[in-house]
Amino acid sequence: MSILEVKGITKTFGGVTALDSVSVDVEENSLLGIIGPNGSGKTTFVNIVTGFVSPDRGSVLFKGKELIGLPPYTVTNRGIGRAFQMVKPFFHLPAFKNLIVPLSSRRVKAFSGGGYGDKDAIALDILEEVGFERDSSVPYKTANVLPHGYLKRLELARLIALKADIFILDELFSGLSIAEVTSIIPVIEKLLQEGKTVIMVEHRLKELFRIAHKVIVLNYGKKIKEGPPKEILEDEEVKKAYLGVEV
Amino acid sequence: MREAASKKHYRKERIDRGIKARSDDIYALVSYKEMWYLLFPRLIPVAGLALAAFFLPLYWQKVLVTTCIFAMLAVSWDFLSSCGMLSLGQALFFGVGSYTAGALNHYLHLPIYVTIPVATLLGGVISTVILLPVIRLRGVYFAMVTLILPLMLMRLIEATKILGGTEGITGLSPFPHTWVEITFILAGMWAALFGLRRFIASDYGLIFVSIRDNDRATMASGINIYAFKAQALFIGSCICAFCGAFMTHLYMFTGMPVFAMEFSILPIAASAIGGMGTLAGPLLGAFILVPLSELLREFGSLRIVFYGLILVICVVGLPEGIFHYLSRKYNEMERWVEIE
Repeated sequence: MSILEVKGITKTFGGVTALDSVSVDVEENSLLGIIGPNGSGKTTFVNIVTGFVSPDRGSVLFKGKELIGLPPYTVTNRGIGRAFQMVKPFFHLPAFKNLIVPLSSRRVKAFSGGGYGDKDAIALDILEEVGFERDSSVPYKTANVLPHGYLKRLELARLIALKADIFILDELFSGLSIAEVTSIIPVIEKLLQEGKTVIMVEHRLKELFRIAHKVIVLNYGKKIKEGPPKEILEDEEVKKAYLGVEV
Repeated sequence: MREAASKKHYRKERIDRGIKARSDDIYALVSYKEMWYLLFPRLIPVAGLALAAFFLPLYWQKVLVTTCIFAMLAVSWDFLSSCGMLSLGQALFFGVGSYTAGALNHYLHLPIYVTIPVATLLGGVISTVILLPVIRLRGVYFAMVTLILPLMLMRLIEATKILGGTEGITGLSPFPHTWVEITFILAGMWAALFGLRRFIASDYGLIFVSIRDNDRATMASGINIYAFKAQALFIGSCICAFCGAFMTHLYMFTGMPVFAMEFSILPIAASAIGGMGTLAGPLLGAFILVPLSELLREFGSLRIVFYGLILVICVVGLPEGIFHYLSRKYNEMERWVEIE
């Protein structure tokens, strides 16, 4: 069953067509990868699905309900969480206090039956889950002194705190070392085990293809290919557009 | 060996090391000594000003009251900027509060202890409603609107001759005594400062700070930032409206000067030299700038030159702000600790 149905979304910025009637069906509890060269419309796609940008045409159905026209916070409260490509932590707050913000959302309130519980404790649990060492000082440091790898984890932690149904991870792996990526992959696999749906926009193809169920390829705003990772790797058009042709 | 073990050893340690359990806002207090360490910097200004009010001559008592008014405007400005709203128009909130109190007193003959609370709340509501349409604007665009609005209201009153027109409303009820004025404004100021500091450190207040840090990430956390911004506007403008209402009864007059630029600009200057983002810094800044401008009166027209010079020296010399500097030095204080 598809949890998210994107139908024919088109978006132009000035004269540039960022997305040209792109349609995707995302199966529940699957991992969809979105790849494509720079400027192919990947982030615009994410922005439209999460309500940050409204498309010129098309519709986005989440569990059968239209999302287009809703503000980003309502989309989030419906269950679509989004991690930013450029990390956006709350720099003045300690890492664990960063999670107090999503934990104060309507969605979390509805989940916990009106009360919020001990937010600090919940936040520390989630941070441990994504790899903040609980007994070190790391979770208590303000976000502006944390290294990039931790900020990326913090983005993921925000979505876990939201109890999102769909995790949209916009280039979560960019700027991370191989060791850091391999330590985050189990977290994502665990999300899938818990029945979550994950959409990953990624340039790190090797890691993505290992865990993705389906991959779509965008080029100049058009969806040029859709299929399981194996098919994508062998496709001639994709090779030409993005993966590179062997000489 | 035994001798060395019985000998006492000491090393220097920061006083706050044992107190700050993990982060800046979690304390583990085990003795009165440590409680004093936290209480001292808060108690000194509170007690100091209360005492100073006793011994100051009448003229400087009046200066103290004016200073408190500007300090509250500065605290409100810093609160709004902590929530990501750059306001260049504290005069708007101030003026709305002032005119509300004046009108209630003049037309409805309400007594002073009714007009001030009502003008505080009503002023907050009116200011928030006026700014609601532009609440989606950010940064300098929001600032521009707040800058223009008090000037617009001023000309509106001048042109339509409502609320006393250019003459203003005079002969309003005064405070019964200078002591009432001082007690009232000091209580209001400390309530605003400590209340807001506590508020911003709470889990609910945290959301306001997160909007300043990153409004997009706050939205992506499922928070309706416009609702929170409206609340922040209401709180911030209530404080200014209180100042306006207070000043109206202090001078027994309200009129177009309440929308003057100085009510917008001085809070920003005070925040800049005092240290933004702390709420206490702007208050400290106001307590430097307003009395300073009084002291410089004898220089006549050169006053503004010296005033500007001191401001530049402060901003260049301590760009982080005086309060940030002081609190850092205070936290760096060390004591000798016995080690086993």
